Amino acid sequence: MAYFQSVFDIIGPVMVGPSSSHTAGAVRIGLAARFIFGEQPEEVDITLYGSFGHTYRGHGTDLAMIGGLLGRPTDSDDIRYAYELAEKEGLEVNIKVSDRNVAHPNTARVVMYSGNRSMSMTACSIGGGMIDITEIDGFRVRVSFDNPTVLFFYRDRPGMIARVTRILADHTINVSHMQVSRKEEGSQALMAISTDGAIPEKVMAEIRLISELGPIISLTELMREPDSAPIDSMGEQE
Amino acid sequence: MKLYPKNFSTVVHNCNLSGISLSRYFLDIEIVLNETTEEIVLSKMEKNLSVMESAASKGMAGVTSFSGLTGGDAKRLATFRANGSPFGDSHYLEAMIHSLAINEVNAAMGVICATPTAGSSGVLPGALLTMRDRLNLDRRAQLNFLITAGGTGILIGNQASISGAEGGCQAEVGSASAMTAAALVEAAGGTPSQSAHALAIALKNLLGLSCDPVASLVEVPCIKRNAVGVVNAIAAAEMALAGIESRIPVDEVIQAMGSIGRMMPVALRETALGGLAQTPTACRMTTMLQEEGHILWPFPTVTSDDQ
Repeated sequence: MAYFQSVFDIIGPVMVGPSSSHTAGAVRIGLAARFIFGEQPEEVDITLYGSFGHTYRGHGTDLAMIGGLLGRPTDSDDIRYAYELAEKEGLEVNIKVSDRNVAHPNTARVVMYSGNRSMSMTACSIGGGMIDITEIDGFRVRVSFDNPTVLFFYRDRPGMIARVTRILADHTINVSHMQVSRKEEGSQALMAISTDGAIPEKVMAEIRLISELGPIISLTELMREPDSAPIDSMGEQE
Repeated sequence: MKLYPKNFSTVVHNCNLSGISLSRYFLDIEIVLNETTEEIVLSKMEKNLSVMESAASKGMAGVTSFSGLTGGDAKRLATFRANGSPFGDSHYLEAMIHSLAINEVNAAMGVICATPTAGSSGVLPGALLTMRDRLNLDRRAQLNFLITAGGTGILIGNQASISGAEGGCQAEVGSASAMTAAALVEAAGGTPSQSAHALAIALKNLLGLSCDPVASLVEVPCIKRNAVGVVNAIAAAEMALAGIESRIPVDEVIQAMGSIGRMMPVALRETALGGLAQTPTACRMTTMLQEEGHILWPFPTVTSDDQ
């Protein structure tokens, strides 16, 4: 059950209507996908599941997701013109509805393309505009927005987890949640580390020196500003 | 960690002990628990208030939802009022116009401030925008109104629910109406205890209200329920200010709302599988909306998942 302790949980958010879960949450999913991709994609495939799929037209869930992918914040008055904006701003949109059973009724999957890059992300809108990310680039994750999280991509090999966590331990940074997943043994792997408080830049720099690590994506900024998350303020990307 | 005051009776007790208002009390807690400052809280609230004002004026001019099912009722009621209602003019009429206007803007994908949800976003500002002139509330007093409403909304959310999917419309419009009643009492000079009775009375009147929106849209019956929610809030505040007390203590009323929500079948909790949403007319409307398509943009293909 939800727990509230700020008046702004009750008086807010400021958002475009008509539904906090189907509209505001959908904008945040779009913003999160764009943020993780690191740039505005040229093309996007959006698949809507469950209640998102059944009711998206009435709630403007499609408009909201496209608005987010175009970097529009949750209170942006032009989200209703998202299709026109996408055309103007060079984003090709394909929308599909799937009848596949999903764990959460408000789930959306986004596959983004730009040049020869592509990346996928799945997220669900859990109510009141809050979202959880459940998949990134084929890796199953569970990223909630209550703790700063950093994603480390690397090639699966012994000792990688220890090398990263040792640096965190040396700087007495407490890991609140950690997930490791890989596509198969010895192939691409992903470590998602959530910490109590953001990892300082000095420590991130030290971690980046580990030569076997691939791209590192810090979601800290996204979590601080889930309604507007600008991509130009991002740290490391590729 | 769950540090927020557990219930309204504790809050009233603490306010009485230190001789402070509900808004002062809730503001102090906000600052401590969220590590913020009075200045920041007030400026964020000011932004929310200005969103409510612009949504009201936008809705007053007349808007239509994408589905075409709703819109223009605020304008209709305003014209009715201007031409002289046979029942005479009243603050009730004015408040209803504001509430309808804001919730019509919500249905038309305009910008609103959720209070506590988007579907119930007309109730609270409907009362505030109407009563601030009658009570000569300065800007700070208007922000206090929002803080008191927010604090009491937390007490409802943590003891019961503010989500239609969890507790039906009683948790959305019911909660909105109840927290508005509490804030109205303080704005009119009532005591914290009277605010508690107003909240209890307002919430009791809407217990059991189902969430059964036609075609899953936040339109029918949501918009008109916002108008009824604000009228109920004002009525409860007037009763409490007159010294009328709720026979059932406020926290027991809130918990009863939560308990009713848990007993409510899923069909009546925002799924459009029961109640008004399944009436023959609602089913016809839903089919019509599906067949005709009520938006102008290109239609996506509906497929089974291919991944």
